[in-house]
Amino acid sequence: MAEKEKPEVEGRRGADWSPARALARAFGAFSKAAKRYRMEWWILVIGLLIIAVIAFMTLFPGMFSPFTANDQGNPQLQKPGATHIMGTDNLGRDVWARVVFGSKTILGVAIVASLLSAGIGIPLGLISGFVGNWVDKGLSLVMDSIYSFPGLILAIAFAAMLGPGIVNITLAVAVIYIPKYFRLVRGQTLQIKEEPYVEAAKAIGARRSTMLARYIFPNVIATVVVIFSLNIADAIMTEAALSFIGLGLPAGIPDWGMDLSMGKKFLPSGVWWMITFPGLAIALLALGFTMLGEGLAEILNPRLQEY
Amino acid sequence: MKRILTYLVARILLTIPMLFILLSLVFVVLRVMPGDPVSAMLGGHAPESVIVAKKKALGLDKPIFQQYIDYMLQLARLDLGQSMNYNERVATPILQKLPATVELTLTSMAVAMLVGIPLGVRAARRRRSGNDSAIRFFANITYCIPVYWMGLMFQMLFGVFLNLFPIAGRIGARVVSSDFDRTGFYLIDTLLKGNFAAFGDVVYHLVLPAVTLGLTLSGVFIRITRANMLDSLKSDFVLATRARGIIENRVVYGHALKNALIPVVTILGLEFAALLAGAILTETTFSWPGMGRLLLERIYNRDYPVIQGVIIFYALFVSLVSLIVDVIYAVIDPRVKL
Repeated sequence: MAEKEKPEVEGRRGADWSPARALARAFGAFSKAAKRYRMEWWILVIGLLIIAVIAFMTLFPGMFSPFTANDQGNPQLQKPGATHIMGTDNLGRDVWARVVFGSKTILGVAIVASLLSAGIGIPLGLISGFVGNWVDKGLSLVMDSIYSFPGLILAIAFAAMLGPGIVNITLAVAVIYIPKYFRLVRGQTLQIKEEPYVEAAKAIGARRSTMLARYIFPNVIATVVVIFSLNIADAIMTEAALSFIGLGLPAGIPDWGMDLSMGKKFLPSGVWWMITFPGLAIALLALGFTMLGEGLAEILNPRLQEY
Repeated sequence: MKRILTYLVARILLTIPMLFILLSLVFVVLRVMPGDPVSAMLGGHAPESVIVAKKKALGLDKPIFQQYIDYMLQLARLDLGQSMNYNERVATPILQKLPATVELTLTSMAVAMLVGIPLGVRAARRRRSGNDSAIRFFANITYCIPVYWMGLMFQMLFGVFLNLFPIAGRIGARVVSSDFDRTGFYLIDTLLKGNFAAFGDVVYHLVLPAVTLGLTLSGVFIRITRANMLDSLKSDFVLATRARGIIENRVVYGHALKNALIPVVTILGLEFAALLAGAILTETTFSWPGMGRLLLERIYNRDYPVIQGVIIFYALFVSLVSLIVDVIYAVIDPRVKL
């Protein structure tokens, strides 16, 4: 009897849990959300689809392209046609193959770089907002000055000092986004610190580390997810920019930005396919992550719908 | 007036620590971070003795703290040092290339505002209509298109296929270059000389790069203008002006937009940093002989003092713009206090 009166907790695995029921519930939430958010939901789903397709391409490049990225045996500078659907470049490499195999580089660098900056920025922001006093002042000052400096120029300076290489380009991209997470998390921490439930945790004698980890951090994470997705989009364009200007990667690694700078040389003679497709790929991938971020932002924060 | 003067003085005093931190940041990136500049510059294959000699010449063999003091003292004397590869002071090429970058960034900023603000106002007025969606879609797209790719696409379309605009450089080959020695700002120089044909040529070369860079930034202006216009249009003073029977266009552009523009000015300062970064890429795409090109050229030539000089110059540029924007903000908004 007492069992029955207990209110059912949403999402908790009860005795009557089954995959079908969970699926139905998940789908129910989905369709409810689709109705409620309309356009925002579609933006999210389309963004996810774009990312999924490109991620699939990254994982199984052989399924998409019969050629490999560094196959030089084909005729040079061929227009898009039946064998080479996106044409070939000046070394006779298949442009489509380079797009397919190049996705790994850019996606890897952007995601790892964003994880790195989140991994450094979030703890620093939490500590800065939570501890306050001179720690906060010092950290904020440094982070704000990095933030005010044009990110790409900073990344260029880093990349130039570190030299080409896939690890170095990741570091150069990661550094410039640390302040973004720091500022966001610090601001949120300052707000959440004043909430009654944090006060309550303090009153029952929670340790500072517990308060940070169990009470503040979970509430910060929702906004971080949005920024993370937008950040990846940004990092994609920065990575491509660095390799476009010739600072990123050693030759031999297929990369969209590098292909663009190659194609630029042949543009005056009317070779349009060498720049169109890699650039389109960069824009599409960035668009996917931007749409995911925008959709999440509007769904997680209904107040934004005003705008 | 007195209020603005006090503000100006206080703001200039505040710029000093910011500049100090920025310059220290540059020092940290170029000297303290792992990876030493001389080995990076010489490419790793240089013999040990050459590396040691180069380090000595640049003062990099001293303890890091001593280097920092030297660096700051040198900057305090407004001295950026001597180029490693050419017989010139570091400031010479920078000052030579600066006008090209300023010309490009200012015209791009103008394009961004001329496109972004009217579209933002329109989207706000027609909220949740097809117009609104289309404009917001456009704003989002401009975020995701890399500026260098947009530049290449414009070059392909308008330069190579349609042959409407030149795709490289600041002036055509036929224009006499002695017309350009006064300020380095070609738009101003040609007008000062009264050479309108050359002025036309300069504008002609400026169109594609400025539109490229301007369009990529216009999305930000659309968003900010739209958001602020929505607030502004809902506010009481707009209701009051409407009640007084003032025609709708006056209400929107004369009253609502005026107030909505105040936050746009703040964004202007922040966006300037993005603009400078975009300018480097645009300069690369359009072979525009500005600071960005200089920086990259010297990175390839491994000319360390010039690299440091250009980056310091960007730091100065950013601080100066943020100072100017803050002062403008104080002038147009009487509520601003320090």
